[in-house]
Parts: sequence; C-alpha cells; structure tokens
Amino acid sequence: MKTVEEIKSAIEAAVLGAAVEIVPNPSVSGQHSLRLAPGYVLDVAKFLRDDAELKLDFLSNVTGVDWPDKEVAEKVMVTRTVAKTVDGVEQQVEETVSETRKRVEPGFLEVVYHLYSVEKKHGPVVLRMRTVNRTDQADLPSLTPIWRSAEFQEREIFDLYGVIFAGHPDLRRLLMWDNFKDFPMRRDYVEPDDFEYEPTAHDAVLKRAQLHQAALTGQPGEEGRPEMGASQ
Amino acid sequence: MSDFQTHFASDSEKLEGWNRPAMIAPDGDGELLEVAMGPHHPSTHGVFRMDVALDGERVIRLKPVFGYLHRNHEKIAEGISYLASMPYTDRLDYICPITNNWAYALAVEKLTGQEVPERAEYLRVILGELTRFQNHASSIGFLIQEMGASGTPLMYAFREREKILDLFEELTGARMMVNYMRFGGCRVDASPVWLEKARQVVESLPQFLDEFDRLLSSNEILMARTQGVGMLPAELAVNAGVTGPMLRASGVNYDIRKVDGYGIYNRFNFRVPLGDHGDVYDRYMIRLLEMRESLTILRQALKDLPAGPVMDPKAKIRGFRPKPGEAYGRIEAPKGELGFYLISDGGPNPYRYRVRPPSLINLTILEDMCLGQNVADVVLIFGSVDIVLGEVDR
Repeated sequence: MKTVEEIKSAIEAAVLGAAVEIVPNPSVSGQHSLRLAPGYVLDVAKFLRDDAELKLDFLSNVTGVDWPDKEVAEKVMVTRTVAKTVDGVEQQVEETVSETRKRVEPGFLEVVYHLYSVEKKHGPVVLRMRTVNRTDQADLPSLTPIWRSAEFQEREIFDLYGVIFAGHPDLRRLLMWDNFKDFPMRRDYVEPDDFEYEPTAHDAVLKRAQLHQAALTGQPGEEGRPEMGASQ
Repeated sequence: MSDFQTHFASDSEKLEGWNRPAMIAPDGDGELLEVAMGPHHPSTHGVFRMDVALDGERVIRLKPVFGYLHRNHEKIAEGISYLASMPYTDRLDYICPITNNWAYALAVEKLTGQEVPERAEYLRVILGELTRFQNHASSIGFLIQEMGASGTPLMYAFREREKILDLFEELTGARMMVNYMRFGGCRVDASPVWLEKARQVVESLPQFLDEFDRLLSSNEILMARTQGVGMLPAELAVNAGVTGPMLRASGVNYDIRKVDGYGIYNRFNFRVPLGDHGDVYDRYMIRLLEMRESLTILRQALKDLPAGPVMDPKAKIRGFRPKPGEAYGRIEAPKGELGFYLISDGGPNPYRYRVRPPSLINLTILEDMCLGQNVADVVLIFGSVDIVLGEVDR
C-alpha cells in the first residue's frame, strides 16, 4: 500500500486546491493520519474511494474527539529596566528575568475516519477533520453521501459531541432522546442532578443527596439522612 | 408533530445524491398505517424500536430507533484505567464476550507494542472460535424461532451452546462475563483436563451440525420464507460498511481473519464461505458453513497447542501509561468487524476510547432491505442481521 506521503501527494495532484497535512503518530502502531482542511473534502473523499490504486471503498470507523481549551504555561525571558541602589547611588539597571506567561489554546472538535479497501484488502488510511471551535462553528462536511456507513456514526457524533455535519441526509440524535440538550461525550460535560430518594443513603449516594439538598434549600442536608421528599 | 412523524418528514428532499434505493410509492388510496415495532417486541432481541409505515402489509418506510440501553460505555472507559475497561467490554456483545476482550486487548497491544506468547495466541483462537460457534448456533436458533418454529431448533442450539459455556465457566470462572484476556496474554492457563474436555466437545459438535443441517436447510417452509427475502446487493453492502457473515452472504470475500491475519490466523487452513444472492437464506447458510470452518480451525489449534507461558512475563498490566499516540485494532467478531480506537495522552486512562460496533453499523441498511417486503418478513430480515443491543446502544 502507498505510504501517507504518497497518498498526500496523490490527493494534491488529483484535487486542485486541497490542503492535506500529515499528522504523525508517535505510538508503535504507526498509523499516521492525514488532516484535511475544510473545502474540497467531498472531492478528496470521492477520489480516495474511486482511485484505481487506492480504492478505499469501505469506511470502517468514524470517531469524534473533543479537545477542550487548553491553558499553556510558557517561560519567557524578559528584559526590563529596574531602579536599583548600587554603592549608595540609585541607578537604572537592565535585568533579564524569566517570566511564566499563560495563554489559552482554543479548543476544537475532531472527527477521525478509518478507511479500508475491500477490493485491494489494504488499510487503514486515517483521515481527520477539525472544527473551528467548540461552540458556534462546530460544523464539518458529512461524508455520508460518499460512504453510507457514516450515516449512523455521524449521527452518533452529532448526538454525543455536537458536531453538525453539513449535507447529512438525516441528522438527528441517535442514542439520547430528541429533547436532550447537552453533549454527554464532551470533556466538560456535567452530569445533571438526577436525585433519587434513598432511605439509607451512603457513600457517593449520600454525598449526592447532600449536594442536592444544598442546591434546593441553601443549607446542607442533615448528616446521614437527607430530607425526605425534598425533590417532589 | 409527534415523534413518529418527525422521522418520516421531508425524506424526499434529503435523498438527492445519496446512495439509497428509490422510495416505494404507496398504491391505492395512499393511506398508511404507522406501527411501532418494539421496544418490547419479542423479535427485537432486547429493547429496540422500528417505526414502520405500512401500506396494507407492504413496508413503505422503516426507521430504527436506538438508545434504550445506552449507558455511554465510552465515557465510562475514559474515566477508568485501561485494565478496568476489560470487564466492561464483556457487556458490549454479551453473547460473545471473548471476542470483545480480544479486540480490546489487540488495540491496546497495538498502542503499546506488547508481545503475546504463542500459547496465549492459541488459547485466544480456541476460545474465539468456540464463541463464534455458539453465537452462530444461537443466532440461527433465534431466527428460526422468529419464523414460527417454536422451540425445537433453538433448544438444539442452546443445548450445544451450554456445552461451550460450561467450558468457559471451567476456564475463566464465568459463563458469560469472562474477563479473560489481558494485554500481552490471557489471565489463566488451560489445564490438560480442560483441553481434553474441549477436544471432546469439539468432536461432538459436527454431529449437531449435521442434525441441524438435515432438520433445517431443505425445510420447505424455511426456504419459502427466506429465499429472495431481504436482498442486499454487494456494492451497497460494502458502501454501507456491512461486515461479517452479512457481507459474505452478499458474495464479498472479506474476512478479517484472512485479510489482517491478526494473532496467528494465517497458520490455519480454513475456507471463507460466500453467498450468491445476499438474501436471508444465504445468511443462514453462511453461518452454518462458518460453524464448520470454526471446527476445522479448532481441531488444528487444539492439536498444535504449544507449551509455555500465557502471559508475557515483562508485560505490565496494572497502572501502565502508554506513550502518547493512537491505535485502531480490529478483529473478525462473530457479528462483523469489531474495532477499538484508542488515543493515549500519556496518562493512566485512555484519552479517547471508541468501540466500532458491528451490530449498529450492520443496521444501516435495515430500511433498504425491508422496503417493499411484507411486515412479517421484517422480523426475519432483522433476525438475519444478528445484533445484540448491548453493543448497538453501548
């Protein structure tokens, strides 16, 4: 089978304007992937499926991955002028200090496609796509028109991660119910307060009961015995 | 608008440029009957719903509804260590826990590069093929049961399945929730007594297959109900990601045991049965033939089983932190391609843990196979897909 570099140059030769970036995989599995920039994605997918040498006609697996905002601490050397007293005389001295600066790398959602070829019996070729951010620009082109097997898997990612697949023929929630609001597979998902009264609450259940009590009344629940019927 | 109506809304405009057969127009007065099959329908093998629109007895639309058994298996796995997910994988496809263990162990071994000793590889093959045998036997049993042959074939299949589950219990301590494999080997070794019992069971199984074959394969009712029903063309099957016996029943030669040769499968002689028509009968027949091939593999594996350790002595199974990276490992599970995709960020828990469930993806074309068929055949077509809801909903 072709290497990722060869596949990258084949794509760029076949689809004008397509931008492909190789994402190396440092683990021993050696499954390196190709990141597609938005735009021309459907053309690239069609090329991969129909090219006589690649013939990646089988889309096996579609995965959503959440990469939340990341705070990065960097050490920077800064030169500044400080007033200092040297030998009883006040002087302006230049000084170099290391400073820790924090910046936030914006998060994004990623979708990973694993492609195989049934005809040529090779694979996997791994494709990745990123959304711009995790909130208002979380949309990506759907590959369901090219590979039907993405239909339910993209629906699942829409359901659990909130990626909106443009061009998907039937984009509804798959596993959660239709009125559900949040996206449970995101890293910052907070479980709702699904309090259930238990007569002998203990351990984690007791803790949850007390938290629930505090949220309702502003006062912590009684030790060992949460208020009965508070949730009704 | 009801939940039901939203499923069927504006389908026609969504269809453009989409690989899907033309919708069937209702004839007559065009009045449709909407039926919710499930979630408590006995033929749905669990909690699963099909919203069906019927014109008389013909199926005009069918929408599967999932999620009744959803517990977010993948989220749970992100919060616990790699090893702690192993018993959870038993609960995915609870008919075949061994192959779930195997796929997960394979993915982690790909991520970390751990080696598996010879004997462990042989034990994996032996247990994996026993699992395939009992899965196919019971899935045929269920299929025939849904056809109306109440009891007999299913009980025959379960009699044999019980023998295999007894072997599992003796080796692993549990009939179904086996938690048997580890990264870099297997948890316990098989004793000579167990191996002798396994040989006896394997020797007794061809008799059952012959009996099953004689009882069912040329049965007039079975042929009338299944031949030409639920046809699946090969091209659509590949495009829709269908795998396992369903794909091979449509005549596509793709068996991951042959293609990837994972473990030690390329040492064994076995054939890959293929179907011609891709109908329910072919799927039944492929499963029957695959059981025979499983027995061939079992006989070879039990004969060649080498001595030695079952765990890599250098393997570290607890508290290990794989280097950052990712791996996708897949095996030919009895229901199709079962894959695990893991991303490690260098921590003790997987950053992302994804199960590629064959049962869910094989259902993608359920509607295509059922359109235009009688509603009574929906039960058969669905049964011939062979799913387990623990894996569909995860």
